[in-house]
Amino acid sequence: METHVVSNLVVALLLAGGVWTGVAIRRDRLWSEAARSLWRRRPIALIVVAVYLAVAVLDSIAWVGGGEGQADAVAAHEARSVVDRAFAGTREASFSAPLADAEFYGGRPLQRPGSHLFGTDILGRDVLYLTIKGARVALLIGGLTSMIAIPLALLLGVSAGYFGGRIDDVVFFVMSTLASMPGLLLLIALIMAMGRSTLSVCIALGVTSWVGLCRVTRGETFKLRELDYVQAARALGVSEARIIFRHLLPNLMHLVIITFVLMFSGLVLSEAILSWLGIGVDGSWGQMIDQARNELSRDPIIWWNISAAGVALFGLLLAVNFVGDALRDILDPRTLRENQ
Amino acid sequence: MSDTPAEAVIETRGLTTTFPGEGGRVPVVDQVDLQIAVGEVLALVGESGCGKSMTALSMLRLVPKPGRIEAGEISLAGSDLRRLSVPAMRQVRGQEISMIFQEPMTSLNPVATVGAQVVEAIRLHESVSKAEARRRTLDLFTRVGIPDPDSRLDAYPHQLSGGLKQRVMIAMALSTRPRLLIADEPTTALDVTIQAQILQLLRDLQQEFGMSILLITHDLGIVNELADRVSVMYAGRIIEEGSRVDILGEARHPYTRGLLLSLPSLASRGERLAEIPGVVPPPDQWPPGCRFSTRCGRVFEPCTTQVPAVSEITGTHRSWCFAVAREIES
Amino acid sequence: MSARPLLQVEGLRTWFPIRRGLLRRTVGYVQAVDGVDLAIEEGMSLALVGESGCGKTTVGRSILCLERAREGRVWFGGVDLLRLPSQELRPYRSDLQIVFQDPMASLDPRMRVRDAIAEGMHSFGIGASESERTDRVAALLERVQLDPRQMWRYPHEFSGGQRQRLCIARALAVEPRLVICDEAVSALDVSIQAQILNLLGELQQDLGLTYLFITHDLGVVRYLADEVAVMYLGQIVERGGTERIFEDPRHPYTRGLLAAVPSVDPQRRSAAAQVLGDVPSPAHPPAGCRFHTRCPEAFDRCSEEAPELFAVEGGRSRCFLSE
Repeated sequence: METHVVSNLVVALLLAGGVWTGVAIRRDRLWSEAARSLWRRRPIALIVVAVYLAVAVLDSIAWVGGGEGQADAVAAHEARSVVDRAFAGTREASFSAPLADAEFYGGRPLQRPGSHLFGTDILGRDVLYLTIKGARVALLIGGLTSMIAIPLALLLGVSAGYFGGRIDDVVFFVMSTLASMPGLLLLIALIMAMGRSTLSVCIALGVTSWVGLCRVTRGETFKLRELDYVQAARALGVSEARIIFRHLLPNLMHLVIITFVLMFSGLVLSEAILSWLGIGVDGSWGQMIDQARNELSRDPIIWWNISAAGVALFGLLLAVNFVGDALRDILDPRTLRENQ
Repeated sequence: MSDTPAEAVIETRGLTTTFPGEGGRVPVVDQVDLQIAVGEVLALVGESGCGKSMTALSMLRLVPKPGRIEAGEISLAGSDLRRLSVPAMRQVRGQEISMIFQEPMTSLNPVATVGAQVVEAIRLHESVSKAEARRRTLDLFTRVGIPDPDSRLDAYPHQLSGGLKQRVMIAMALSTRPRLLIADEPTTALDVTIQAQILQLLRDLQQEFGMSILLITHDLGIVNELADRVSVMYAGRIIEEGSRVDILGEARHPYTRGLLLSLPSLASRGERLAEIPGVVPPPDQWPPGCRFSTRCGRVFEPCTTQVPAVSEITGTHRSWCFAVAREIES
Repeated sequence: MSARPLLQVEGLRTWFPIRRGLLRRTVGYVQAVDGVDLAIEEGMSLALVGESGCGKTTVGRSILCLERAREGRVWFGGVDLLRLPSQELRPYRSDLQIVFQDPMASLDPRMRVRDAIAEGMHSFGIGASESERTDRVAALLERVQLDPRQMWRYPHEFSGGQRQRLCIARALAVEPRLVICDEAVSALDVSIQAQILNLLGELQQDLGLTYLFITHDLGVVRYLADEVAVMYLGQIVERGGTERIFEDPRHPYTRGLLAAVPSVDPQRRSAAAQVLGDVPSPAHPPAGCRFHTRCPEAFDRCSEEAPELFAVEGGRSRCFLSE
């Protein structure tokens, strides 16, 4: 199946998932109160994250066609996203400063003077356009990786915590081994082994970042297992599977959410480092920053592409961190208890 | 106001401490008047949420934010503690007034030896050498009945049992010979045989040092063992006070009577225990007038609208209740 | 009176291993329960009394198979529960229920109260449909004197005493014959305690329940129990009818325990500290009689030989003085 079709399907699934989550939260009083509390505390950060999400979604909906008459003939037969189409025909010849009328070197007039908010890069592509496309990549890295890391961490952590004994020994050993390896080197090795692609980067990042959540889950499960209500469930003949799904997992959710949100920024930054090493994902802000490195030493200096990517990266991660910290306060079980 | 006792070590008048609640601040300690004479043990009795611990913390000006003391006077041998500067108040704490808490486990620093902690407490208030402070600590440990005091000086809290930790706390509290010892549920976390030991210790030490004790508890048995006088609190207010015999033998306020009658040790097998119906209302749901009115079996017209004034039952025994007042008149 | 008691425990031993070192070698055992015998007739109440570390909570959990006993037999309805594999044990679980001490930790904070109470019904197939179970939950809530309309709330919306009632309702949902109350009223205020004790008494009358009260509160024991067993460091040191234990205690520990309880009678200021020192660690119980290190009446033989449970008038006592 072609990538753009997969991409469209995933967007549809995500939107459906989002709606279902929204409904589920509404029905559960504890979660809806938490959501309302979050909105009250950090409305701006939430709006910023929502904007990035919207942009990423727009860049994920792509289809072929409707590109006749464009200067770039290849583009007419490629799948292009909403964002691509919005910025169609904005290509210049080479560098230009933000909102300039002429090229940076040489002073030749631009095709669309005064319309490039962040200028253009060495290939004449609008920097704002590239920055917006980077949002999709960042969210993809954070999201896909988490979808690999979190279930893995939960599975292993809860098993180790609940069943203890041999299972715990094995998981603990694996965790400690992974944690003792230099993360970056392991990442590089994995990506080289799997070949450079978005998926391999995500898998590599996933494999190296599940340990933190697993440790926390294991510890929390140990604690929860001894609580009276779990003992009462055992005395009531509730099966172990049901105890895990009905009693343990819901009481671990707050940790998962907090960890996910805070892990997200770490993952995006890790990818930036990988890009600097040349093995990141194409189109990411990290890659933009890496490519812009050289331009900084030109005279006069070319600063707008690195700034745009840097600001975009900073903006997303700052917002995510604010949301994450607020979530941590709201979902702390002690706060939940005190509020009543 | 009562005839001023011979020498009051500490006295509070109209002490009021508030916390934020829905629709304004709530007085969790509401116009509390207490007096403790020299060498006397006053028990402040009530169930959870009645404000007794907060009263003690208010006396030490240790009310946690967002609470604050809104009104009242706290006089310690003449001077109003509320007017003292913060450094001066710090001098009072630990020196003039000491406090011991319910949970010996969390009251001691787990990473310092118990000897070091007592030495530190001594040296905070007096300029003595470490050696001298250590000698005094050893002496105190012996006085409070810690076996093998020499080796215990260098023990860490986790190596000691609950009873021993509480003895260490008592030693620390007494190290500066305070005028007043505040004991907040000192034996609630201890086994009953250890509790008996600690109660005996407190009795002996009180005799020996001649200090006053403010004993905060919900356990009327401990009140009987240790207290000279008793004040009963409900929902932030004092609702009855008197001597030990007055309260335990001849309680008049419906709440105090209800508490005494609901004790299983006083009932016979198979007989239903006398219950106080309902639950203590939370601060934001306190009824107007007498706060016990929603659960009282003797409630009548004034109770729901006016706050009861004091009625003198005897020279030492007082109560704040319209039903009791009516009884006295007839 | 049936010939056989409803619950009979013989020689129960539950030891917890102490693991040290890299390979987690077992270096010793905490002998939490070390040879306990109990019997409760149907419809009666037995109080298991002792201070912290005596093993009484572990006895309760071992009977319910929440802890694995190392040795012993737990006879219930003619079957030894400890010998049953977990699948065969399951149906018996509905006959034995437990109410815990801490009303805060006993209910899953993320489960609506109705679901928590119905969970047991779900496991044992009580109630044919969800709505029938809801009706049963409503009936149970009424029986424990709570408003059935509150069943859709979360535990944190109830007070301590109300949560304890919810736990009782949850235990009753599976129609048990024996209910273990593990310090069920210890964490409650005195006035609420009275309400719960009254409720437990009523339920016993109405439903013919059998109770095993695990508690340290002697006042509650005297009020509720038909028989008392006193535990110290994993063993029963005295047993007998409630009145006899309170009026004529034979074992020095029982005497010390009773003497230590302060009374509320203003004419009697009597709490005496007869029992000396601190409780030894259950990992290293003293040689001979386990109580001898704190006993005001100990003599030479006590540190050399371990006394058995000798028969005395109206019960048993583990002391050479009662031999």
